[in-house]
Amino acid sequence: MTPRCRYVLRLADTNLVLAQRLGEWVGHAPALEEDLGLANVSLDLLGQARLLLAHAGVLEGRGRGEDELAYLREESEYLNLTLVEQPNGDFGDTMVRQFLFDAWQAALYDGLAHCRDAALAAIAAKGAREAAYHLRYSSGWVERLGDVTPESHARVARSLAALWPFTNELFADDEVDRTAAAEGLGLLPSTLEPAWSAQVEGTLARATLARPAPAPYGWYGKQGRHSEHLGYLLAEMQSLRRAHPGATW
Amino acid sequence: MSAHAIHATAPPPELLARLHGILAQVADPEIPVLSVLDLGVIRQLEFRADGRLEVGIAPTYSGCPANAVIKTDVLRALRAAGFDAVAVDVLAPPWSSDWLSEEGRRKLREFGIAPPSHAVGSARSLLRGDAPAACPRCGSTRITRQSEFGSTPCKALYRCEDCREPFDYFKCI
Repeated sequence: MTPRCRYVLRLADTNLVLAQRLGEWVGHAPALEEDLGLANVSLDLLGQARLLLAHAGVLEGRGRGEDELAYLREESEYLNLTLVEQPNGDFGDTMVRQFLFDAWQAALYDGLAHCRDAALAAIAAKGAREAAYHLRYSSGWVERLGDVTPESHARVARSLAALWPFTNELFADDEVDRTAAAEGLGLLPSTLEPAWSAQVEGTLARATLARPAPAPYGWYGKQGRHSEHLGYLLAEMQSLRRAHPGATW
Repeated sequence: MSAHAIHATAPPPELLARLHGILAQVADPEIPVLSVLDLGVIRQLEFRADGRLEVGIAPTYSGCPANAVIKTDVLRALRAAGFDAVAVDVLAPPWSSDWLSEEGRRKLREFGIAPPSHAVGSARSLLRGDAPAACPRCGSTRITRQSEFGSTPCKALYRCEDCREPFDYFKCI
């Protein structure tokens, strides 16, 4: 698999795994409005994931389509960021995870909309509007939870501390990124950090939350080495397709 | 983006008018008061070298389940009228609420859905937020947002403080 294909597959898997996580909230959110909100964000991410997976399949050139890539790859073949496979936890945990992700994806799509891969640029240009809308939703919740009661403040501060170490991976460049970026077919993750930091610091300040100290952890989900949580997610997501090979709607 | 045929030709004016007449009867599956033309998702109508009619359709929201239904309904209507039609996805330029026709905006208002309040511009401008101009039922500007997400990906939920009715808002995106 070429670096260019791996680069697209990482984006696709990151969206797909987070869409699946958010889908777990359907029917369980604290209010109907949030149930709708989380399902809508999930649906947008899933739609983008389908376009990205189909594009990765074309780049790979082995005849695998979106369904084969989504349902028939093993955990170690999944290349998503480790942040998005973390369990939903409570509503605050989910919103902090979403906010850290949305701020990253908004910056990513802004840049990718001008890359030399025409298909990827089109997906990013379309996704940029959706990402901005998601960011408005998740940052609003982080601000409210951080600044409303001592209980919500303490809990969302704990969510932030627990999830912060996973943000290192969002900006870690490796050989795949460097090759894709050198050809103008992707972005160096490290270049997204300033825009992300500015967004995160603004929101955290309004939420009366302190930015956690840098954490000395490295995660390598985008290279196929995951936390213990992804396998369970994939088992649930893939079970129907694996139990009934070739099944269609 | 589309598998665009190299030797495609545009239909002559009378035929194009007939095709538009057919498409004007194809309703959006979620907001049936809008046709696919009002929605602004039909991007190209051309005859390919092999004689088939190629219809370029822009998806609305990336994950909106209506996209697949729209494609099926468009092809069914054209085939019923005797056209050997095929659909291609058109991603660029991306669909946004700016593609809604004036006619579509009027129909939305009459149906009780507030149309998008302004042009979208850049994705970043969405961060500043948007709100409907007025209640589509009584015209009051005293309105409150109930939920940023509504019954379909394209809508948010509001309530009018004067007539006290809830209403949908077609979001700017």
